[in-house]
Amino acid sequence: SITGACRAIQKLTRVRVVDNSALGNTPYHRPPKCIHVYNKTGVGKVGDKILLAIKGEKKKALIVGHKMPGPTMTPRFDSNNVVLIEDNGNPVGTRIKTPIPYILRQKEGEFSKVLAIARNFV
Amino acid sequence: YFSSSSHRMSSDGKPATFQPPPKPVIIDRQQQREERRFLSPEFIPPRGRTDPLKFYIERKDMIQRRKVFNIPEFYVGSVLAVTTADPYASEKTNRFVGICIQRGGKGLGATFVLRNVIEDQGVEVCYELYSPRIQAIEVLKLEKRLDDNLMYLRDALPEYSTFDVNMKPVSRLDHEEIPLNKLQVRMKPKPWSKRWERPKYNIKGIKFELPEKKMKEAQKWSQPWLEFDMLREYDTSKIEEKIWKEVSEELKK
Repeated sequence: SITGACRAIQKLTRVRVVDNSALGNTPYHRPPKCIHVYNKTGVGKVGDKILLAIKGEKKKALIVGHKMPGPTMTPRFDSNNVVLIEDNGNPVGTRIKTPIPYILRQKEGEFSKVLAIARNFV
Repeated sequence: YFSSSSHRMSSDGKPATFQPPPKPVIIDRQQQREERRFLSPEFIPPRGRTDPLKFYIERKDMIQRRKVFNIPEFYVGSVLAVTTADPYASEKTNRFVGICIQRGGKGLGATFVLRNVIEDQGVEVCYELYSPRIQAIEVLKLEKRLDDNLMYLRDALPEYSTFDVNMKPVSRLDHEEIPLNKLQVRMKPKPWSKRWERPKYNIKGIKFELPEKKMKEAQKWSQPWLEFDMLREYDTSKIEEKIWKEVSEELKK
């Protein structure tokens, strides 16, 4: 059987890097793509860590919003948004302009630094 | 006291007749208001073979919720501000402003989707009307649009979906008719998420800038026999009357 097209994030989805890091914002002839999702299922939702291939380098990232509709009362974004992250959980960029869902505050321990640089919440 | 009326002599020379003061004109607004009635679409039961008792019980619950919490009248295309209770938000409340693009579901599971563009990022949130997490629904701008479903705003230029988060509610008089916004929206270049030019969506609110050939080709998928299909007919006028009487009586108690 064939799985249908999913608008959450899985291997080979092109993502949009939302923070103001140099890696995410410098133009490159290939868009950043997901190559692995750190999840039991290969499908990444908001709050999951993924491995990104950007500018010929591998970098971990955190999903902050996807096109797939989630549970009611949660926001659905028009693009798959991602924030670049180091292995220990520190964000690479210094500011996040795009709105971030409040659900991320649930795992305050791991993502406290990412939430600290976020400006808008939805 | 000295009355001046007895000394008042008209030009004819006869004594002046008593002129009563003009009667105050009473405009009975009550009657004018009652002419326009609005029944929320989720009260109308869907077509099917379920027991009407189920819908009756659901309506009782919906009315109970409406007595406690005011759900205002709004249509697809009006701008709303919704405050919900959120355990993860600062001050535990979350306010979202957006245009209603779709109203779905019947009964207690009725939902509406609000769309807004914040910082160049389009955000849509689907709220349940009867959810206890909603603390307030405010209608900032009440208006109707040419279509029932504004999902095409996702493929339209972002300026048509941006609304100021701190916008002030637009004031309107009670007995005025709801304004119909005949705005024709300009789209981003194709590809779109759905082929909105096809007749199955029946969209009137887009300014199609496609060549004539494409528009004609889209008409190939039209199904003109659908509107004459008698098995698909669902006349809700009588059901609406009954439900309107029931609901308005219950709400007045």
